[in-house]
Amino acid sequence: MFDFLDLEQYDLFGAFWVTVQLTLYSAVGSLVWGTILAGMRVSPVPLMRGFATTYINVMRNTPLTVIIVATSLGLYQTLGMTLGGGDSKEAGFRLAVLGFVAYTATFVCESLRSGINTVPVGQAEAARALGLGFTQVLTLIVLPQAFRSVVAPLANVLIALTKNTTVAAAIGVPEAALLMKEMIENESDAIFLVFAVFAFGFIVLTLPTGLLLGWVSKRVAVKR
Amino acid sequence: MTEVSVTKDAAPAADPLVVLDNVNKHFGALHVLQDIDLTIARGEVVVVIGPSGSGKSTLCRTINRLETIDSGSITIDGKPLPAEGRELARLRADVGMVFQSFNLFAHKTVLENVLLGQLKVRRTEKKLAEEKARALLDRVGVANQADKYPAQLSGGQQQRVAIARALAMDPKVMLFDEPTSALDPEMINEVLEVMQQLARDGMTMVVVTHEMGFARSAANRVVFMSDGRIVEEAQPDQFFSNPRSDRAKDFLSKILHH
Ligand SMILES: Nc1ncnc2c1ncn2[C@@H]1O[C@H](COP(=O)(O)OP(=O)(O)O)[C@@H](O)[C@H]1O
Ligand SMILES: [Mg+2]
Repeated sequence: MFDFLDLEQYDLFGAFWVTVQLTLYSAVGSLVWGTILAGMRVSPVPLMRGFATTYINVMRNTPLTVIIVATSLGLYQTLGMTLGGGDSKEAGFRLAVLGFVAYTATFVCESLRSGINTVPVGQAEAARALGLGFTQVLTLIVLPQAFRSVVAPLANVLIALTKNTTVAAAIGVPEAALLMKEMIENESDAIFLVFAVFAFGFIVLTLPTGLLLGWVSKRVAVKR
Repeated sequence: MTEVSVTKDAAPAADPLVVLDNVNKHFGALHVLQDIDLTIARGEVVVVIGPSGSGKSTLCRTINRLETIDSGSITIDGKPLPAEGRELARLRADVGMVFQSFNLFAHKTVLENVLLGQLKVRRTEKKLAEEKARALLDRVGVANQADKYPAQLSGGQQQRVAIARALAMDPKVMLFDEPTSALDPEMINEVLEVMQQLARDGMTMVVVTHEMGFARSAANRVVFMSDGRIVEEAQPDQFFSNPRSDRAKDFLSKILHH
């Protein structure tokens, strides 16, 4: 029954490994960039707030496929950006990560912002009254508590990101979805089994993520 | 305790530390501070009293510029309040503030709460900062709670930690905005005692409170506010037993009746 799954012919684990790498690099990048965006959105400088708000409204409402294809056709083929050399495969991977970060950071930012709203204003005032500057108040008092309250929503963002990495197939990054496309073409008589294998692969990646972060979320919650 | 309340009259103070000169502030159409002139001398304890909404909190908050003012000037130790930026942060470090709702940092232990300003603003060495934090926690009577989180403490304990946190910066002046109003009755005294001790030690204090016992025993002066104005200033005994303005009489009759 599993003859279609010829691991000599199809590098299933290799493809999922690329998916995992895409997810991890994009997750770290989104977390950093999303945090910076959240900082901008609550900053006292109107220009920063304006930039972050505009950026988020544009990126969040643009289809991910458009963003990913734009990194490839726009940045790479038209402008020649490879983000550090290498062949087109490596460049494609990095461009895809860039696209995922640009897109996913908006969701990280919005989750964080709801977390920031759970931190009582009085604590930020008390911190200012001690003589801490804006960045210190943000990084020492507000964000640490905001993060703790949004672990669960961030887990959802991470799960969505994991599944979204399949869009990278559109620019030829050899991750799971690209392999699936190939297998569907070659193994058309086992098509439902092919689907099942890939669906299972993603569940293996995302289910533990959700469970682990759900547990972390309870552990780190700030008592009030 | 009586020797604390010795007499300074409401005449211009000898060694002014905080000076508000013709301060005005609006919240939209609301003229919340109107022509406020107030001078607080070094070592003086001033109690601010008045009906809810009269601008007492706003007055406190303008003194360390948590609120900006529209006109007039505020100087602290001879220096006008700086605009936003590093200098403002430095000034805020010199002005301790204690809030009605404690506002301890919920994700940090009691000890870390008292350490934070020393380490991140004063850049005190860790060991010295910790010694000082523990000494202050001891002074306010919560040394044995140092490793707990704020949510594990009673309101009275939290407020004493908040006082220690402010004191850790060696402030020139301490502002208290209704420090006992959020407390259960049985915890009010433990906080007032700490404040009374501070007053005895010569700390310059501005205290918004309706605790008349504290005002009588610790304050040099009572400032009565109503509708954004300072209506009356007097020594505590004089103010409570013989208020001059009608608004003060009216207000006192209300708070004395329960
Ligand atoms: N941030 C604010 N924005 C608008 N109005 C405010 C703000 N803070 C206080 N007020 C108003 O200013 C007035 C004085 O408030 P406050 O200084 O808190 O009075 P008090 O402490 O004497 O009760 C009240 O009418 C209050 O509603
Ligand atoms: Mg008030």
